[in-house]
Amino acid sequence: MEQFTSIFTDPASYRLITIVILSIFLGIEVISRVPSVLHTPLMSGANAIHGVVVIGAIIVMGQASSDDYLALTLGFLAVVLGTLNVVGGFVVTDRMLEMFSKKKKK
Amino acid sequence: MESTILLLSYLIGSITFIIGLKMLSHPETARKGNLVAAAGMTLAIFATIFLWENPHTHEHLHNYGWIFGGLIIGSVVGTLAAKKVQMTSMPEMVSLFNGMGGACAMLISLIEYRKPEAKSMGEMIVVVLGMLIGTVSFAGSMIAWGKLNGRIKDRAIPGAQMINFLLFGGMIVMAVMVIGGFSSNPYLFYGILALAAAYGILFVMPIGGADMPVVISLLNSFTGCAAAFGGFLYDNPVMLTGGILVGSAGTILTILMCKAMNRSLKNVLIGSFGGQKAGAVAGNKEQGAFKEISLNDTAVLMAYAQKVMIIPGYGLAVAQAQHACHELEKVLEEKGVEVSYGIHPVAGRMPGHMNVLLAEADVPYEKLLEMEDANDQMASENVVLILGANDVVNPAAKDDPASPIYGMPILEVEKAEHVIVNKRSMKPGYAGIENELFFRPKTSMLFGDAKKVLQDLVSELKQV
Repeated sequence: MEQFTSIFTDPASYRLITIVILSIFLGIEVISRVPSVLHTPLMSGANAIHGVVVIGAIIVMGQASSDDYLALTLGFLAVVLGTLNVVGGFVVTDRMLEMFSKKKKK
Repeated sequence: MESTILLLSYLIGSITFIIGLKMLSHPETARKGNLVAAAGMTLAIFATIFLWENPHTHEHLHNYGWIFGGLIIGSVVGTLAAKKVQMTSMPEMVSLFNGMGGACAMLISLIEYRKPEAKSMGEMIVVVLGMLIGTVSFAGSMIAWGKLNGRIKDRAIPGAQMINFLLFGGMIVMAVMVIGGFSSNPYLFYGILALAAAYGILFVMPIGGADMPVVISLLNSFTGCAAAFGGFLYDNPVMLTGGILVGSAGTILTILMCKAMNRSLKNVLIGSFGGQKAGAVAGNKEQGAFKEISLNDTAVLMAYAQKVMIIPGYGLAVAQAQHACHELEKVLEEKGVEVSYGIHPVAGRMPGHMNVLLAEADVPYEKLLEMEDANDQMASENVVLILGANDVVNPAAKDDPASPIYGMPILEVEKAEHVIVNKRSMKPGYAGIENELFFRPKTSMLFGDAKKVLQDLVSELKQV
């Protein structure tokens, strides 16, 4: 029980929860003004942004001791998959948007 | 000093995500916005690699070989895959990348759980939830990917609702046991993983094509949440803001799409939009006769029209007919016909799918009308050409309360003078619902593959 209440008394968790709540409102604010034409690129762009999870993979990987092969393998896999998400996501989005801008010049 | 630079990089990273998303929502700045976010992401990643230190032991990261190896492999494969994919397969690509992110979150939690150090309850909550949501997102995205590229067929599982409900309940109970420390049996944790995977699979499996955009968007926001749990775990602000931004933005996008189809999110989640219900409704209906129109007649009809509206659907994407479609538009314009496109918000497999597709073929931006504008103009159109669209023009959505799509706003093509429907056959659309439009007096059917028909139509028109 003490453990449970500590979640609510720790100032650090309040700092994080503040970030969460502000980010939720920011996300809603930013999205609600998007023309439907841009929904697909936007979804794809957002998809790339949540690839930020790769940072967690890097931290896990970089801390694994060098004889823990299971952790190394899983961490390596996590870094590869996370990078795929980030790089693939941004490149796909760029390809979609490239076509929009090409047409704009005409 | 180093930690200040790290935090500053994270701050810049978070700001670029917000600015990037903001810029992505305007056509002129969208591309730059994407690059801004990508730059911020790169900064945050490299700052982490070189500057991050463990808050307790103050050790820097090691295993650089593994880290850079992973980054390089991921970048090369990701770039190649993204560059090579056909414009028409974009939706499944997004789904696939989304699944990768989910799997990444799952693996992080898995490794953290295996670490021998004791975890506080707060840490346990984020480890378990990050794993759970990441796994659901991964499994679900893989199924969505398989369904979109046709590898997995729609399948209604008997009692799926009940099974999903039980799985969900089971996961909650097990999660509470693990987090609350009632049991330290590691198999309980792996049990949650298995249930989450099963839940992800079963929850996407029965959902029909019409709901796929909603599902991808929802899974997208799931992965965002999973990433945010990672942010909690490492007290990492950039993961937190990035993840939550996507989580909330994805949720809003999902709700917008549900609204466009006049369905509640709950309805989609439970997955009651299976094939069997729609089939039963269609079975009771008496099928009328439909009339066919020849290519030649179509060409004449269109050449002498004043206004023509083209309504694209998934069939256009499948047939890769976007260029042929633009070709037709140009030939008609040369003959003085006014051509526009009526775009239903959920036509295709993703919101804006048709816009992207037509943009690839250089169709001018101004010619694409959103549903309301298209419907306003409909009465003045002489010919409406429907290319592989079905459910978005189904009149049952307006006048058949028994139809599963009843209440969904549609393109009211029947207000126009002539309706020509191009389809490959009389088979019902992806949602499995019979379309009465095809049997209405104003409608003529033009059978064939969209690309071939359009090409033939163009050569016919040149001779008229």
